[in-house]
Amino acid sequence: MFNLGKKKLVSYSKYGYLFAIPFFLTFLVFTLYPICYTLILGFTNQEGAIPPKLEILKDPLANFKYLFKKRSSGAMSYFLESLITTARIWIVNFIPQLGLALLLSAWFTDNRVKVRGQGFFKVVFYLPNIITAATIAILFKTLFGYPQGPVNDLLKNLHILKKPFNFALSKTATRAIIEFIQCWQWYGSTMITLIAAVIGINPEIFEAAEIDGATRWRKFWNITLPSVRPIMLFTLVTSLIGGLSMFDIPQLFATGGPDRASTTIAIYIYNTAMKKPYKYNRAAAASILLFIIIVACSSLLFYLMRDKDAAKLKKLKKEQLKSAKLAQKGA
Amino acid sequence: MATNDEVMRSKKPDAALGSKKKDSIIFLTIIYVVCIILAVLSLWPFICMLINSTRSSTQIMSNAVSLIPGKNLTRNINILKKLKTFDAMTGLKNSFIISSCTTILTIYFSSLTAYAIYAYEWKLKNAFFAMIMGIMMLPGTVTMIGFYRTCYQLHLTDNKLVLILPAMAAPMTVFFMKQYLEGALSLEIVESARIDGASEFRTFNTIVLPIMKPAMATQAIFSFVGSWNSFFLPLILFNKQKNYTMPLMVSLLNGDIYKTEFGCIYLGLSITALPLIIIYLLLSKYIVSGIALGSVKG
Repeated sequence: MFNLGKKKLVSYSKYGYLFAIPFFLTFLVFTLYPICYTLILGFTNQEGAIPPKLEILKDPLANFKYLFKKRSSGAMSYFLESLITTARIWIVNFIPQLGLALLLSAWFTDNRVKVRGQGFFKVVFYLPNIITAATIAILFKTLFGYPQGPVNDLLKNLHILKKPFNFALSKTATRAIIEFIQCWQWYGSTMITLIAAVIGINPEIFEAAEIDGATRWRKFWNITLPSVRPIMLFTLVTSLIGGLSMFDIPQLFATGGPDRASTTIAIYIYNTAMKKPYKYNRAAAASILLFIIIVACSSLLFYLMRDKDAAKLKKLKKEQLKSAKLAQKGA
Repeated sequence: MATNDEVMRSKKPDAALGSKKKDSIIFLTIIYVVCIILAVLSLWPFICMLINSTRSSTQIMSNAVSLIPGKNLTRNINILKKLKTFDAMTGLKNSFIISSCTTILTIYFSSLTAYAIYAYEWKLKNAFFAMIMGIMMLPGTVTMIGFYRTCYQLHLTDNKLVLILPAMAAPMTVFFMKQYLEGALSLEIVESARIDGASEFRTFNTIVLPIMKPAMATQAIFSFVGSWNSFFLPLILFNKQKNYTMPLMVSLLNGDIYKTEFGCIYLGLSITALPLIIIYLLLSKYIVSGIALGSVKG
């Protein structure tokens, strides 16, 4: 019976190709070709509103070198600056986001106290994620308006501020608000993902720990955290990739300012390619570097996480062997 | 940060009291306080936006925080119409066309591709699937320059098809659909359809697709919302305002002519956010369970 089925599958293999063709062709035209083209552009002379005939530069790496060249003032290059800005905004948004999501997921899945209204909270916490980022950026810009704006008014009414504060002129405040928006938009999503992961843990493990008298904190630290690690890795990688290509919020909230304080890599690429003097080649070079950084970071994360797990398994096996040997000796 | 402090505080009475019931009550109170604060934080910007869209700019200037709606909604609508830059109807129409087409293409072709991987044995299958996994995470920023230059040279900027057609290759959705098929479709059903003489394509359309309905519904919501919210690609590809999608329209509210018309800005923002809020509240059940499904399987 099984053999018969397999035989038939093989004879139908051409349909496998046939049904995958639309995907493959679309991928070829709209993803693979643009990637290769970007890759080539990075080494060429393509710039200006009407670019000259495509030629590889005499020094093929000139565009890349420019990205790292110090400014005439001696300060670090704009590209590196945007890279650091991006990393900073992502890290400051992600740590509290993950912390909050972990805390909430532990609370919502606690088997001794039942939190009511979970459905409501989940829906509300996720709400900011579904709204257009462009809308949110401009909404926050208006909310943090100066001299009149809801946040300034609120802070004045609460006597936290005496005079209205111009958030848009402060580098730290602008970055902090962007970090807040990112965190605020995404912790709900991370939380829901983590809750699903915690629910997937075998409840018997928790029950056994409780019988042994484990506190809430110990259960969280020793059972929940290690069990949700693969999902945390997934969240970490997706968030990192999203964070590295962050564009909408810093662009519309502060147009990359003040004084380039919120210019992320994506904004740098956009400004380089789409604004005078239209340096497509330089922007392409920056895109390639971004691509390399993304691949490197994700691989590193996967490697680190997997290595730890494997190392733990090895340790466990060693211990088991040891105890088995001891038991043998004892016998 | 505050929440971490509260956890620490909850530890102390925990040890001191020892009584389980009291401990639970304190624990629950902390949970509710934190959750309510977070809920207010999530909702306040939107409530503020909706209320201020019904107030006049002068009212907002004198006091921007109010819990009572004003009576100037129609006045704001009229100003918004008069200023003309922000054209909600065009934005809604364009966004709707692009998002619907994108969703239909994504759902249909992702299902087809997933079925090709799941139901058939072919030589390049594993390589193909590995490729899908590899490009799944690639952000649009990376390919943007090459894509834009190609479209520009082919005079395809300001053409809606450039945003719609790429939807036929949506790796994330294919991955999700494949996971779903593995749990939901037994190949025996396909076999029996073959014995009945149905062609492969027909089998897919009449037997496999209906089985995939739940997965399609979830993925449809996410792909629609994703396409609706996308800002970067339309920003680069569309120059003419008649092609602007909703997020591009919203960005026009940043312009100088709206500088003092606060009521208008809030109204414009509300118009762009309300359809999403309504859809979300109606479908929240599917959306919330969909996020979890997609990621656990990833």
